[in-house]
Amino acid sequence: MTETSAWVIFIAAIFTNNILLTNFLGMCSFIACSGQIRTSIGLGTAVIFVMTMTTMLNYVIYHFVLVPFGLVHLQFIVFIAVIAAFVQLVEMFVERFSPRLYFALGIFLPLITVNCAILGASLFMIIRNYSFIQSVGFGLGAGIGWAVAIVMLAGLRQKMRYSNVPQPFQGVAISMVVTGVLAMAFMGFAGMVSIQ
Amino acid sequence: MASDQQPACVSCEPKGLCGGKGLLTLKEGAWANNPLSIQVLGICSALAVTNRLENSLVMGAALIFVCVGSNLLVSLLRKHTPHRIRMIAEVAIIATFVILFDQFLKAFYWDMSKQLGPYVGLIITNCIIMGRAEAFALQNPPILSIVDGVANGLGYAAILAIIGFFRELLGTGEVMGHPVPFTDWYTPNQLMILAPGAFFALGIVIGIFNAFKGPEPEEKK
Repeated sequence: MTETSAWVIFIAAIFTNNILLTNFLGMCSFIACSGQIRTSIGLGTAVIFVMTMTTMLNYVIYHFVLVPFGLVHLQFIVFIAVIAAFVQLVEMFVERFSPRLYFALGIFLPLITVNCAILGASLFMIIRNYSFIQSVGFGLGAGIGWAVAIVMLAGLRQKMRYSNVPQPFQGVAISMVVTGVLAMAFMGFAGMVSIQ
Repeated sequence: MASDQQPACVSCEPKGLCGGKGLLTLKEGAWANNPLSIQVLGICSALAVTNRLENSLVMGAALIFVCVGSNLLVSLLRKHTPHRIRMIAEVAIIATFVILFDQFLKAFYWDMSKQLGPYVGLIITNCIIMGRAEAFALQNPPILSIVDGVANGLGYAAILAIIGFFRELLGTGEVMGHPVPFTDWYTPNQLMILAPGAFFALGIVIGIFNAFKGPEPEEKK
């Protein structure tokens, strides 16, 4: 099997295999937090950072701790613990050293622990057998892809306040349909690069 | 500036729930407060695995199993869990049940395990289960918690099955992998089994549920 370069994986994770629009991960916060562009940019940034770091951490832990000791079946619980611990650490660190950043990102950090995109990125990395460099590319790309998608939806939803949506579809339902249209648009990138 | 941003995951907050007895709990979880269509929790897996009815059913079964198991255990331990570490205890309990189910699938239904891929593991971060543990099992005795787990699991599984059925039917012209007879004239619409179809299907289902429930208050600004 030829090694796909990390750069290709990075681009593919943003466009053709967008973690939100093709793998449906991180939908809960995607729907709940896409009311305003400002909020969604904050959350997006936090996701990019946490996703890249936890993918790297989990790669190291999986290949240097779980596999040698034959504990692969514990991967879920270990990954979620790593993510929770890491988010907690970042929160304390940011609070201590950069209060401004803390006020901008702080409220989003706890939410990220339960964001399935973060755990999903780690699981995809294991399933697809990425090397370390590829994992970094994937984590970064997936994070950026998620951020791009949520900012786009936030923009669309702000415009949609002025449009005449049928009563039962207001709120979540129409967001879902709009996301579907976004996913269709992203399918247009399909021929560009591909990873399985 | 942080104050004007609403605490984002409003929908992830555990909803208030009337205490009630078994039957009421069942009705509440499965219909009136359906986790998927009314509260809109746990939609990730609902979108991802519904491209076939079979997958949807397995996923529904997984969720019922995990929800019942974790509700029972959280409820049994509710008097012994210190309040401050309850979250991490809940996550550990949930993860244990998810691992059990994952190992079971890998041992007996390898193909299914391959198809569902990471989405079995992602049950851990499914807010429904966490929400039920937090909102219900922590305050209620074990038996009632089991009923609540069954109810929410069933409500979730039912919606999954509905979406899975229509996506497979429209997308491939088959039901559970068997072609539907007398439908040679129908050209399967591939879009339905691809990603956008999932969003459309779920959006429409939520819309229909809202229509049955009557007008919803305007979205919070």
